[in-house]
Amino acid sequence: MATQAHHSTTRRDFIFVATGSVAVVGAAATVWPLINQMNPDASTLAMASIEFNLGSIEEGQSVTILWRGLPVFVRHRTQAEIDEAKAVPLSDLKDPATDESRTKEGHEQWLIMIANCTHLGCIPTGEAGEFDGWACPCHGSQFDTAGRIRKGPAPTNLVVPPYEFISDTLVQIG
Amino acid sequence: MSEHSTYTPGSGIEKWLDERLPIIRFSKEHLMDFPTPKNLNYFWTFGAILVMCLGIQIVTGIILAMHYTPNIGMAFDSVEHIRRDVNGGRMLQSFHAVGASMFFAAIYIHIFRGMYFGSYKAPREILWILGVLIFVLMMATAFMGYVLPWGQMSGWAATVITNIFAAIPFIGTPLLELLRGGFSVGNPTLNRFFSLHYLLPFVIAAVVALHIWALHVPGNNNPIGVDVKDSRDTLPFHPYYTMKDAFGMVVFLIPFAWFAFFAPDILGHPDNYIQFNSQVTPAHIVPEWYFLPFYAILRAIDFSLLFIDSKLLGVIFFGGSIVILFFLPWLDTSKVRSGNFRPMFKWFYLLFVINFIALTYLGAQPADGIYVVLSKICTAYYFIHFIVVLPLLSRIEKPRPLPTSISESVLSKSHA
Repeated sequence: MATQAHHSTTRRDFIFVATGSVAVVGAAATVWPLINQMNPDASTLAMASIEFNLGSIEEGQSVTILWRGLPVFVRHRTQAEIDEAKAVPLSDLKDPATDESRTKEGHEQWLIMIANCTHLGCIPTGEAGEFDGWACPCHGSQFDTAGRIRKGPAPTNLVVPPYEFISDTLVQIG
Repeated sequence: MSEHSTYTPGSGIEKWLDERLPIIRFSKEHLMDFPTPKNLNYFWTFGAILVMCLGIQIVTGIILAMHYTPNIGMAFDSVEHIRRDVNGGRMLQSFHAVGASMFFAAIYIHIFRGMYFGSYKAPREILWILGVLIFVLMMATAFMGYVLPWGQMSGWAATVITNIFAAIPFIGTPLLELLRGGFSVGNPTLNRFFSLHYLLPFVIAAVVALHIWALHVPGNNNPIGVDVKDSRDTLPFHPYYTMKDAFGMVVFLIPFAWFAFFAPDILGHPDNYIQFNSQVTPAHIVPEWYFLPFYAILRAIDFSLLFIDSKLLGVIFFGGSIVILFFLPWLDTSKVRSGNFRPMFKWFYLLFVINFIALTYLGAQPADGIYVVLSKICTAYYFIHFIVVLPLLSRIEKPRPLPTSISESVLSKSHA
């Protein structure tokens, strides 16, 4: 190579580089579908949106439903729980969020969250822990009555999925 | 080290073969005549024991795959079917499950032997790196195998471990969905884990071949860590070490058989006999015992550092605890290999072993109270050993004088 450096670039060099580049692009284009097949398939994506009737859930009761294969907590909060969540100053929170931002206006008794702990995905136990919310059995994260992280290794609050109220008792998740 | 062969083709056919594919010559050089230090102790039989373990896992695994169904509706029942209905299935399944534990027991002894006798030092760095690579591949294989019975521990192990990848900034969530084939652990996850669990042991076998190749370039390290100087220091591998290794294997198979025959489930967890339910996490989930030290490190990090959140930081420490092993040859710069001649290293090594056992214990305890504090201390010491203690010892320690040769050390011992 050292001797070739004296010569100016030839058409042959250009052809070598061009051929090599095409081969690399071709190889990448071939490998991509071999990897992409591992991504969620059409039947998994088809479950992206569900409707759920809240009517039968009593105050103080929680249910767990499935959305996209993920468990989702739906909790009908008591007034005491709402007050407790609202009383927490934002400065006490690891991932600051107001109680209002975690519920829909006019429906603040309903707390809807993806049930997987934001640490490594276990399902926290309800009405447990020091903050009366949820406590994860795996690595000790604790959440308050608004599902906000208060203690332990989880970095963020329990995730609120995209949802909207179609009527007072019917929600569409996703 | 390929000029030690005394092989001369005996018959015309051997000569014909030798000129085309010298496979008999190769086998004789590397499996029979290979010059091996004469002072190897029983810790050196674990290499051969590990080859046996890989063989047992591959043979029993291929048989289990003939009866297992990788579908979330049938996987759990098919494992019970193997244990109850398949001819001899009870033993085949328990040998495979117990075999995984025994495999890890053997590799931990093998790794700690290498750490004490400095087997990672020049010119064996590549040998060591390949060994760590095998360890990482084994962990991946064992993890995916543990998911296949589709019990509660299987499913939640899959959830927690795949979630580790979600901690990676920016690409985390897409990568998580790519690994799982969905938004949660489900049928696509089980299917691909089965496929990869079948593939990886053969990848391990290939890296083992490289590992042995890298061993056969410099030859074996030995308990005094002094290089082989001449033929008085060595013995041919066969029959001296083939027989010693065979004896080691038989002794190793005694606890192996005891577990498989009398207590096949003692190393497992009762929750794994409940089918996976994605809506309920068992109250106390723990990984298999051989992952506990690293699991304790993952859990110990419950605080954020600068802009790195606690989840990512935990994953960094967890990954770092394994990745740091790759750098061991350059962290311990002491010229003396064997811990026998390093008066200070000896004690710090013992402390490291105790600390590692403590991490194993802590990984099995609930994540609260005193256990979290102790986990943090032990995690800190694990890293301090590699990053501070080893480089420092290399500088300040005054090693004891080394014997001039292996044969001299062996002879002086027998006269004493």
